Amino acid sequence: MRDDMILLGHGSGGQMTHDLVNKVILPLIHEGREAPEQEDSTPLTLPTGEIRFTTDSYVVDPIIFPGGDIGDLAVNGTINDLAMGGAVPFALSLGFILEEGLLMDDFTKVLRSIGRAAREAGIQVACGDTKVVPRGRGDKIFINTSGVGLARNGLRPGSAAVRPGDRLIINGTVGDHGVTIMSMREGLKFESPVKSDTAALHTLVDALVKAGVEIRAMRDPTRGGLATVAVEIAEASGVHIRLDETAIPVNKHVAAACEILGLDPLMVANEGKMVLVTPERDAKKALDVMRSHPLGRDAAMIGEALETDGRAKVTLTSYAGGARMVNKLPGELLPRIC
Amino acid sequence: MCVAAPMKVVEVGEYSCVAEIDGVRKSASIIALEEVKVGDYIMVHAGLAISKLDPASAEETLRLMREIVATEKRNDEIH
Amino acid sequence: MKYIDEFRDGALARKLVADLEIEAERLSRRVTLMEVCGTHTMAIYRHGLKPLFPEKVRLVSGPGCPVCVTPAGYVDMAITLARTPGVIITTFGDMLKVPGSQTSLVKERGAGRDVRVVYSPMDAVETAKSSPDKEVVFLGVGFETTAPSVAAAILTAKREGVKNFTVLASHKVMPEPMEALTKGELKIDGYICPAHVSAIIGERGYRRLAEVYGVPCVITGFEPLDMLRGVIMLVRQIAEGRAVVENEYFRVVKPEGNVKAQAILADVFEKSNAVWRGLGPIPDSGLAISPRYESYDAMKKFKLSEPDVRENPACLCGEILKGLKEPLDCGLFATACTPENPVGACMVSSEGTCAAEFRYGERSRANA
Repeated sequence: MRDDMILLGHGSGGQMTHDLVNKVILPLIHEGREAPEQEDSTPLTLPTGEIRFTTDSYVVDPIIFPGGDIGDLAVNGTINDLAMGGAVPFALSLGFILEEGLLMDDFTKVLRSIGRAAREAGIQVACGDTKVVPRGRGDKIFINTSGVGLARNGLRPGSAAVRPGDRLIINGTVGDHGVTIMSMREGLKFESPVKSDTAALHTLVDALVKAGVEIRAMRDPTRGGLATVAVEIAEASGVHIRLDETAIPVNKHVAAACEILGLDPLMVANEGKMVLVTPERDAKKALDVMRSHPLGRDAAMIGEALETDGRAKVTLTSYAGGARMVNKLPGELLPRIC
Repeated sequence: MCVAAPMKVVEVGEYSCVAEIDGVRKSASIIALEEVKVGDYIMVHAGLAISKLDPASAEETLRLMREIVATEKRNDEIH
Repeated sequence: MKYIDEFRDGALARKLVADLEIEAERLSRRVTLMEVCGTHTMAIYRHGLKPLFPEKVRLVSGPGCPVCVTPAGYVDMAITLARTPGVIITTFGDMLKVPGSQTSLVKERGAGRDVRVVYSPMDAVETAKSSPDKEVVFLGVGFETTAPSVAAAILTAKREGVKNFTVLASHKVMPEPMEALTKGELKIDGYICPAHVSAIIGERGYRRLAEVYGVPCVITGFEPLDMLRGVIMLVRQIAEGRAVVENEYFRVVKPEGNVKAQAILADVFEKSNAVWRGLGPIPDSGLAISPRYESYDAMKKFKLSEPDVRENPACLCGEILKGLKEPLDCGLFATACTPENPVGACMVSSEGTCAAEFRYGERSRANA
């Protein structure tokens, strides 16, 4: 009989753990492909040269939401961290911390989407680990993923490399993921057609590289949103970034939800967006490349870097012709009534 | 204070309604309004419909905004 | 978004800015207008309107951010309740970071208290229904706009027989503090009156300000075009030496306000004295839960009394709100009083006069 929920015994290291790993986790993640040997560590043969290495942990409530779940979020998020560094994703690890009582159906759904996301991205899940904590000591499922990517020769994008005159381009609408999660929170719930934008961005980066677009900086604006990433770039590079409010793409449902909750879409999280900074001469080309890629159909040029007046900052030109400062998300993103 | 959004009523119940703005739906209490019909625009603040929005007045407001100041001034001089 | 996007039209905004410049030429001196309401302050910031106002028109932020004027003593009571076993605190997101005398709700939540953010007080009633073995307390803050929604939650709880729902009420009303500010020395030439407070109370509440104190008042919507037009109407009144109550936002605000909501307020609440952070006590400026609904009053149920937390006497919030002083005149500014550890209301609000000065420096605003 298959268990219908995760029990402490699944993390015991004994037979139950063995069965969970071999009968549930590995078949779903490596569906149709050979799983790596189960040893304490996995050998990887990397082509010589520089690699990029990253790690990230995923905690999201709810774990399953319109447009995705914590599984593809974890795979895509780690791929994006590699891709934003200019690397070609190669392999990743998966560490699960499961809460006792997690429904097996939910876990298998998450595993399936991990398998699908990894397969579609052509990245190998090289090693993993599963622990179970007593009920109440975790929140259904936490995932840690570390990723290794192969650095491309000569490509070292960095937030500090932006120069006055550079242009900022985003590959689509902002705020979709954050609004999706909020719409499901107790006390805030609303109905909307919004879906998470979770996606792996490395093929979009491939397309930009192939087209010969010069990449100064690439960042994925996840938590903290576009506003936070723009300020981080401005501060790292010592420039004034001016964003154009009329150019920033926002899905109308996201805009409406933000209106109701008193939120600024620029501060709301994304999971499949990238901000590209490129010299002015390549901006048009970059925009064309993005718009002909499935993940960049709504790409837009949203701003430019300028000389500072002594202080790195981000401003936003409003459609009314006014201007304001853009700040990092100060803390938690909270709905407001005033 | 007071964030409120104009929302279109799509369903009406005894004490509450469902209102929509660009595909986003939320329920709102209607106990502070005299009469609410499907198709009305209501201002919703913290889950309560606090007022109806009058479409004709909205048009009138936009018309006033579009008026040419110079014309208003000329009128002032005539008066 | 219908009835939002039209009032954010860029071309029409530029036209109104040009109109405002023409109107402002008629002024013989620089004038100071107060946007009384915190939502106006936020909207002016968000839409980047400040750089669009002519040199002769200066805007200052008023006391209309309800969480910012909530005194430390109230927050302390909320924290006492949060620490009471079996109590769930439900609140608007805005309240989480407001400091009490020792700590804030966001820190208490971090320490394991059950503090939940809701969109509406009605959601808090739902929480009470789904947690019958807990006491659910909603933190009732806000002006005349928000108080009816809290009243509606109390009426819902009564109708549905929900016994484990109470409100810790600290509601405030707008005209009384405006009059308190207007009395005596004041350097405000005109009031941009709140949009949605007025939807409830109508035009009447501001009449004394115009008629007795001679301060022009314009009820103004929150969209950028509304604000530009409201300021034009105020400048016109000042230039022509008039002082009346005008209503720019007549698509939502009726002259008599929302009579039904007024009746609900009169049923559930009664006027009380209230303490305003930065302004001190103001008679009849609060709304307390009526004895008729005392079983929904957290003060009564949990036998609380508001501790008298002494304000820092060096705080100049009152003078800053009256337009008499600037943040830099205050000895606490940027030393004892910062956005992380705010003393007065002007620093609590992220776009309050002091917080804005702290972050940007008034004159280095967005020089874009």
